[in-house]
Amino acid sequence: MLPQTDYVKASSVAHALDMLHQYGTGAAILAGGTDLIVDMRERRREPTMLVDISSVEELAEIDVGTGNIRIGAGVTVAGLAGSAIVQHQLPLVTEVTRHFADYLTRNRATIGGNLANASPGADLVPPLLALNASVVLATAQGERTVDLNDFLVGPRRTLLLWNELVRAIHIPTPVPRGQAYEKLGLRTGGAIAVVSCAVSMDQAGGECRRVRIGLGAVAPRAFRSSEAEQIMEGHMFSSDIAARAAEAAANSSQPISDVRGSAEYRHAMVRALVERALHAAYERSSEPQE
Amino acid sequence: MGERIVQINLNGRSVRLKAAPNETLLNVLRQKASATEVKSGCERGDCGACAVIVDGRAVNSCLTLAVQTDGATVTTVRGLGTPEHPHPLQEAFIRLGAAQCGICIPGVLVSLSAFLAERPDASRSEIREAVAGNLCRCTGYQKFVDAAEESRIMEGLE
Ligand SMILES: Cc1cc2nc3c(=O)[nH]c(=O)nc-3n(C[C@H](O)[C@H](O)[C@H](O)COP(=O)(O)OP(=O)(O)OC[C@H]3O[C@@H](n4cnc5c(N)ncnc54)[C@H](O)[C@@H]3O)c2cc1C
Repeated sequence: MLPQTDYVKASSVAHALDMLHQYGTGAAILAGGTDLIVDMRERRREPTMLVDISSVEELAEIDVGTGNIRIGAGVTVAGLAGSAIVQHQLPLVTEVTRHFADYLTRNRATIGGNLANASPGADLVPPLLALNASVVLATAQGERTVDLNDFLVGPRRTLLLWNELVRAIHIPTPVPRGQAYEKLGLRTGGAIAVVSCAVSMDQAGGECRRVRIGLGAVAPRAFRSSEAEQIMEGHMFSSDIAARAAEAAANSSQPISDVRGSAEYRHAMVRALVERALHAAYERSSEPQE
Repeated sequence: MGERIVQINLNGRSVRLKAAPNETLLNVLRQKASATEVKSGCERGDCGACAVIVDGRAVNSCLTLAVQTDGATVTTVRGLGTPEHPHPLQEAFIRLGAAQCGICIPGVLVSLSAFLAERPDASRSEIREAVAGNLCRCTGYQKFVDAAEESRIMEGLE
């Protein structure tokens, strides 16, 4: 049995924000429910009002704006997987959707829910960090745009205010062509990440440009390893430099030991995965488009 | 809190059900619509036994609230075909003996039928991936995939 609650189906973003405002801190946004309903069943959360945004059409759009690609918070993982814009410009994200949960869950789980839930292992976060994404937050009073890196405060903690929702995710364009993703789970299908890593970069005559490295499941929150990025940035790509950057990425992580692996194992796996992803991203990279 | 009336099209029939906001579609289907063909397993989205098709999308009914489906079309395994006119997938499952203990089969058929409707040309490995969210502990996956492939051939011949 789920805890007792109340329910409203939002017809628009404005309606959802009105409901949040009216019902206060007891209200929770319900998107795909793949985290929230599980949390409610286990009594980790007992919201008194569920504001269902799953049929708000304006949240389910992906479009190309000037200087960015905009992904509505309500776009499902299946929606990301099937989007031609995502396939062409954000192959990193398409790749993640293949490793994300399973067919049934992908039909429901949303990108907004993945970010707002802020699990240290949330799969969409490292790629979006590597793509320099920002998050558009809305209240009934207006909108603000924050860097995803700032939005994530800690495990299951974000900048979201009680009366605020994630409206969209913006990815600046042109997007670096060199994109690579590596996820290690305990099995191939639908497993929670032990380590996940995403890289994006451009190059100019072999020199690495705009290198971004996002890491998941190896610290209280997903993060960018600026130490590793700085080792690569502006330097000629080589196996040696990739190995040094991978070592720095491993040192910048703060892995824990749990049922999925020891801290030492995770540290070693960050090094291996980052090195692999750097090579793959470099191979796919090209001259910047600007 | 207060019960609502939820009107759904269930397997081609219009039904009106009463549901409180905290009732899952799974429980309402089983307890109030006699749809016991929808199986209850883990109730946390891991096993796929409770999969149904809501407005064309296969989802876990244990993570869907009944009130969310007001106005929706819901198809369970029973809505895919009848004993007289089974769905090509159901026919292929019978022909190949793809069901063992049977508990996962309603969810497996729901996932596969929705997936093949979306992706009629899916590869064998994509078909395998489509049932990754349906746990079968008899480990009958080989025959699920064989049956899915055979059902496409049969459909092509019709
Ligand atoms: C079987 C299973 C497998 C899974 N596998 C994976 C996996 O491989 N990788 C992975 O990363 N995750 C996985 N998850 C977790 C989950 O599916 C994802 O985190 C998903 O993206 C959550 O999105 P949702 O739409 O279901 O969120 P919900 O459950 O609806 O919401 C989650 C939280 O975010 C809030 N929220 C949702 N949308 C918004 C918004 N627009 N604005 C503000 N707050 C919002 C909700 O209030 C709630 O607190 C899995 C879950 C299950 C059940």
